Amino acid sequence: MSQLTDALASNIGAGDGPGLGKGKGKRPGKPAKVPRGKFSVHFAHYKWLYLLLLPGVLYFAVFRYGPMYGVSIAFKEYVPFLGVNGSPWVGFSHFQDFFANPDFPRLLGNTLILAFLNLGIAFPLTIVLALLLNEVRLSILKRTVQTLVYIPHFLSWTIVASLSFLLFALDIGPLFQLLNNLMGTDIDFLSDPAWFRPLIVLQDIWKNTGWGTIIFLAALATVDQDQYEAAIIDGAGRFRRVWHITLPGIRSTIIVMLILAIGQTLNTGFEQIYLMTNALNREVADVFDTYVYFVGITQGAYSYSTAVGLFKSLVGIVLIFGTNALAKRFNQSGLF
Amino acid sequence: MKIHNTTGGRIFDVANYVFLSLIGIVTLLPFIYVFAGSFATEAEITSRPFFIWPEQFTLGAYEYIFSTPAFIRALVTTVLVTAVGTLVQLAFTVTMAYPLAKKNLRGRQVILSLVVFAMVFSGGMIPTFLLVKDLGLLNSYWALILPAAINPFSLIIIKNFFQELPAELEESAKMDGATEVGILWRILLPLSKPVLATFALFYAVGIWNDFMSPLLYLSDNSKWTLQMYLRQVTAASDLLGTGNVDPNYIPPEQGIKFAVIVVATLPILIFYPFLQKHFAKGMLIGSVKG
Repeated sequence: MSQLTDALASNIGAGDGPGLGKGKGKRPGKPAKVPRGKFSVHFAHYKWLYLLLLPGVLYFAVFRYGPMYGVSIAFKEYVPFLGVNGSPWVGFSHFQDFFANPDFPRLLGNTLILAFLNLGIAFPLTIVLALLLNEVRLSILKRTVQTLVYIPHFLSWTIVASLSFLLFALDIGPLFQLLNNLMGTDIDFLSDPAWFRPLIVLQDIWKNTGWGTIIFLAALATVDQDQYEAAIIDGAGRFRRVWHITLPGIRSTIIVMLILAIGQTLNTGFEQIYLMTNALNREVADVFDTYVYFVGITQGAYSYSTAVGLFKSLVGIVLIFGTNALAKRFNQSGLF
Repeated sequence: MKIHNTTGGRIFDVANYVFLSLIGIVTLLPFIYVFAGSFATEAEITSRPFFIWPEQFTLGAYEYIFSTPAFIRALVTTVLVTAVGTLVQLAFTVTMAYPLAKKNLRGRQVILSLVVFAMVFSGGMIPTFLLVKDLGLLNSYWALILPAAINPFSLIIIKNFFQELPAELEESAKMDGATEVGILWRILLPLSKPVLATFALFYAVGIWNDFMSPLLYLSDNSKWTLQMYLRQVTAASDLLGTGNVDPNYIPPEQGIKFAVIVVATLPILIFYPFLQKHFAKGMLIGSVKG
């Protein structure tokens, strides 16, 4: 027994080399003493570790891979009492129904517009805020501002939506009064379809811009300081330094974040959109995520809505691999 | 490094400092308004456009909500679900991370690949809903905890953390005859306290803030969590016709909405300094839901 435990102990903390399973785990000077031939011996030896692994593996099998198997109902006509297995196959008919449905272009349009607004406004603002924070040399101010702007990220969308409801409340909300006075109008921002998207973008900016700066600030901290000194000697001003040194210095981070953001194009954030949707703005508010909920959960069209969800996931994967390939083609470092 | 500062540079600095301070204040204003409003009278809320300090101080809104059984039930439920859920999720994550940190465990690579794949692709809302339904978890609080029991990002970060702990610690424990479970419990966990505390906080925030799971899985409104209750109070009418808001429900006064928002926000703000201590290092980016 002591031999076996020694062998195990000697393997802990070893470099991430090939495991025992491949039979190449020998490292110079420390011959492993664990029998390698049979899995049953290996298993018996590590039975406690496998036992510890069990709940986690069960979790992934049931709650992560179970639903992946359940995706098969996108190609079936799901009947609750027949279950996922017993329901009859119908091929691609749900997908055909969806693409032929007038809802499809509307959902695609709404989703893409929100995504582009997010990419075009919120994304650059995050970089700008990070650059401004990076220019601050008064560390107490920098830390205070950071502390404040990170907070909203930790609040639920329910709270963000509730705050919006109060701030824009008809007749009495502070922002309702302020904006209407400024514009000389009498708009109910919460129900006016034209104001749905600006509200969503505003919420996104308030909640996530601050948090988003973390990764850019981390990248900014790695930019070579010598270059700045050289640039100063060459007489480059503040903005030229940002343009010629800082931005190129964080280019790869920007590209990676952009790839990730584009991969999220169709993920509009179910909770946010759901909470801000109402009977009056449905036309512009409906996106894939909320549509899946309304059609699937509230109307019970399980197979059809699963097909919609699957379409969305697949497009997401294509987008992330596509932008990654594109980034590589233009000789930039990709994500993977 | 001494940075040579021009006049233009100084003007920029001042403008930048003022601008960033404004950003910080604007971020905070909604909270201050809601906090002040929760102590204000209804008349003041409806007549004054904006204020950060109530003219007439009242605890009426809090007295009202804390004497409302539905609110108390939602609050107690949420506290319990968050506490139990955090423990369960942490236990699932740690027990899986520990064996995966052993590089010579057979099957480790396969399991890790499957974990990574689950990060990229998920079954989606409906198949997950049907699974929860088939497991008989609808209207059970376990539906808020189990489907999110392990966050793959957290799992991998904790696994890497275990992997980086010095091997000698475990070796000497082995000499003393400690078992694997004993090593995890008596040596690794005490060493990992700060890391685990951070992940516990992130899991807790995730459960506390979760709106989608109760919306999907708890149709019985006597089981609603605080987020569901908050939504009913502030949305106040069934605008969607989805049946998620009680049709007989009468919208409350504004002050009550303010007070419910404060109660739902306060725990996050209280724990925020502890959270901030760790996430700033950047190690937790991407591991937070929402």
